Amino acid sequence: MPEYRWPEMSQRRVMGKRLSRLDGPIKASGRAKFSQDINRPGMLFGAVLASPYAHARVTSIDISAAEKTKGVTAVKVTSPAGTEIQWAGTEIAAVAAATEEIARDAVRKIKVDYEVLPHVVDESDIQKAGNRVKAAGEQVTGDPDQAFKDADVVSEGFYGCPVLTHCCQETHGQVIQWQGEKIEFWSTTQAVSDIGPDLARNLKIPAENIHVMQEHIGGAFGSKFASDRWGAEAAILSKSSGGKPVKLHLERNLEQMIAGNRPSAWMRAKLGAKKDGTLIAWQSQSWATGGVGGGGMPPIPYVYTNIPNRRLNHSAVSTNAGGARAWRAPNHPQASFLTASAMDDMAAKLQMDPIEFFSKNAGYSARPETYRRQLVKAAEMIEWKKRWHPRGEAGAGPLKRGLGVGFGTWGGAGHASQCRTVIHADGSVEVELGSQDLGTGTRTIISMVAAESLGLPIQAVKLNIGDNRYPRSGSSGGSTTVGGVSSSTRKSTLNALEKLFELVAPALGAPAGELEAVGGKIQVKGNPAKSLTWRAACQKLGGKTISEMGVNDPKLAPKEGLNMGGVGGVQIADVEVDVETGVVKLKKLVAVHDCGLIINPKTAESQVYGAIIMSICGALYEERILCGVTGRMLNADMEFYKLAGAGDIGEIVCHLEIDPENDKRGVVGLGEPPVVPTMGAIANAVANAIGVRVPTVPLTSDKVLAALEGRNA
Amino acid sequence: MSLRKDPEMEPKPRNGYSRRGFVQGVGLSGAVGVGLLESEAQAQPAGGAKPVGPGEVPITLQINGKPVKLAVEPRVTLLDALRNKLDMTGAKRSCNRGVCGSCTVLMDGKVVDSCCVLAIDAQGKDIQTIEGLSTGPKLDPVMVAFVNNDALQCGFCTPGMVMATKGFLAKNPTPTYEQVEKGFGGNLCRCGTYVGIRKAVLEAAKAARGGKNA
Repeated sequence: MPEYRWPEMSQRRVMGKRLSRLDGPIKASGRAKFSQDINRPGMLFGAVLASPYAHARVTSIDISAAEKTKGVTAVKVTSPAGTEIQWAGTEIAAVAAATEEIARDAVRKIKVDYEVLPHVVDESDIQKAGNRVKAAGEQVTGDPDQAFKDADVVSEGFYGCPVLTHCCQETHGQVIQWQGEKIEFWSTTQAVSDIGPDLARNLKIPAENIHVMQEHIGGAFGSKFASDRWGAEAAILSKSSGGKPVKLHLERNLEQMIAGNRPSAWMRAKLGAKKDGTLIAWQSQSWATGGVGGGGMPPIPYVYTNIPNRRLNHSAVSTNAGGARAWRAPNHPQASFLTASAMDDMAAKLQMDPIEFFSKNAGYSARPETYRRQLVKAAEMIEWKKRWHPRGEAGAGPLKRGLGVGFGTWGGAGHASQCRTVIHADGSVEVELGSQDLGTGTRTIISMVAAESLGLPIQAVKLNIGDNRYPRSGSSGGSTTVGGVSSSTRKSTLNALEKLFELVAPALGAPAGELEAVGGKIQVKGNPAKSLTWRAACQKLGGKTISEMGVNDPKLAPKEGLNMGGVGGVQIADVEVDVETGVVKLKKLVAVHDCGLIINPKTAESQVYGAIIMSICGALYEERILCGVTGRMLNADMEFYKLAGAGDIGEIVCHLEIDPENDKRGVVGLGEPPVVPTMGAIANAVANAIGVRVPTVPLTSDKVLAALEGRNA
Repeated sequence: MSLRKDPEMEPKPRNGYSRRGFVQGVGLSGAVGVGLLESEAQAQPAGGAKPVGPGEVPITLQINGKPVKLAVEPRVTLLDALRNKLDMTGAKRSCNRGVCGSCTVLMDGKVVDSCCVLAIDAQGKDIQTIEGLSTGPKLDPVMVAFVNNDALQCGFCTPGMVMATKGFLAKNPTPTYEQVEKGFGGNLCRCGTYVGIRKAVLEAAKAARGGKNA
């Protein structure tokens, strides 16, 4: 069996290089085909009729006028009479027609009667949520009551973040063709290998009858794992239309309403500390909603998990709104924001430098040394010692600067992944995985690992992903992809190389175990004189090919050392707040993250920037707004669902801890960790700047002004 | 709706179709979003403009220097005409309301959101799409700058960003960093690639002035 471990940092020729992503040119030139770009011969267009009510019962539905519309090929009722609708935007029916315009016209001709039922869409005030609140039960550790008596300082506060939507720029949907027994499925998914079985269950057909194809995907962030109701709807429309392909992607408003969101998180907290800054007690009442099913419990106290005396109460609030989905580091950004805010308020009350306070209590975390090191580094990067001032002491004038700290953790060990490497007699190499590139750079890093392992230039490897006919590779969630695919690729390529070594060993007069692949040659180790070019070596295959698998099994991976999970990160934000207008401007944000082995620093840094920018949106701009009266989303669009633009993000500096010590841990996922600390860092920086806590994000000017005036926004 | 003579209407498009003329013709006042009602479509035209639709009408668009004939319903946007009728899918439909810029094309050199232009209204204009920027393996220098600076992730907003860069640099050949920040306010990226985009635009500007792409 080959030695799979990664080459030493100093020995790597391809891995660790700042290579431009391989699919950059096809994307930048507009030639990349996303699901929405697939146009097939005879293709029909789908459109969806959605419920305008947040809570209602369908009493009757009449599709006859829609069916009679010229150009309409099929109408499918998804919520027949009697169905209880639990959120606005629920699909009632779907239409397939020759053009998109006809499909939309036909949707408007469907007559639906509803019995409107009472709804609850606002959970921010738990007192008003009535019987929609489900308590998870109290968790007590240590003796919090005694600890609060022993505490020198007690700090209390309320903090919260609302529901966010994923707001993928390519909306959910698919082009799908159900002809005879077979389905051709041009998906938008994070799960090329797993979405087929999911759709198969919904349609009650064998999974092997579904062929999934996806070259590119326009954003997912955790919202695109399942085939969804619209996947099945579109498939049935195709079948009902004589097997013609149907293109059905959600309109923007439905994307915002029903295609996933991040649960809210609200918390009343009370913290107790000794005069020297040692935290001794934590008590919190938290609640959240992720739709009808309630909301996941954010892991609080976050990172500082082992505060010795704790009392936790969490409630899930069921609301009449589209269901939550995984959202980049599920529950972590919320937990981080809540905890960092509450702790920062305690530091202010103690009149203690937050860096010192967070560092002093780092012993309550799973990785104290990491956090202490990162706090020092981040403070250095932002010139903390020179620039920090106690809360509210930002000087005269309306523009107040402030600094704030946030922190995070994540897993990120590799998922289950299989890779096949095929070496042909003409020297060409194909590497195949049923994986997907969400824009994270997966294509590029797989190719880099293969090239490194085979001693070939990156262009010599033909990579095939984005098709479920390739070996099964896991879904892209939890930052598990890079660890999974790099490990399976490493093993697969080395397994194939071993076969090639065995084949050419006689010609080189050395045992296979003595050979190495370097610089496009197969040579006797350390002896370039005794070598064959890659092409000449492969010619010895004659008419045959080498085809070898490689597998990453998460259960075995910790022993093998190719990938690992468990990281920490610290970020510091530098903001400027105009106390006359309430406008917050992010000036600079520094991020320090431990990261394991980095295959491509260029695309890795882009992940960090992207994650931070996503959380800048959460800290300053975006929030789902539901109307209490109608139950509808008021900003199911992109003009009032605010995202940051190029001028809203300040300067972002990231420091990845790329060093031999970190590198030894193997590959660790990076897509999620940097999204976690940002909201807390920015919120704390604002409190530092203006002297009072703005309790809930996004930190919009109305809330800032209200906080300054001592009102509740 | 005012029926005053609008200087923007002069000279009239060669074929007589224009958004304003069309709207007048069908008697809608700013309520295009509700769709075309048959009775209104049959209403007498005001101001002498020739009514079109509601069915498909033949039009000719000047795209990337070539005339292209197609038939669209008058309500079809330039974006949907490009994507659904011509299989030119570089411009993307994302917000579909002129906010995110994923559908950016150039019309007579101006940056426009093609989701907010009716195809019939784009006649007689010089329409430039991303497909026209690079046809072979050689990339446009703006594209090269985007690749060099990793100014893209999922890539869905990228063609719009590239077209916006073309339009921006045509007007601002020597932009400052601050001008770039402001100039791209109309193009949103959910992956958060702005750090690379800001660098890419500056690099492309430099390349256009004769400097080399880094």
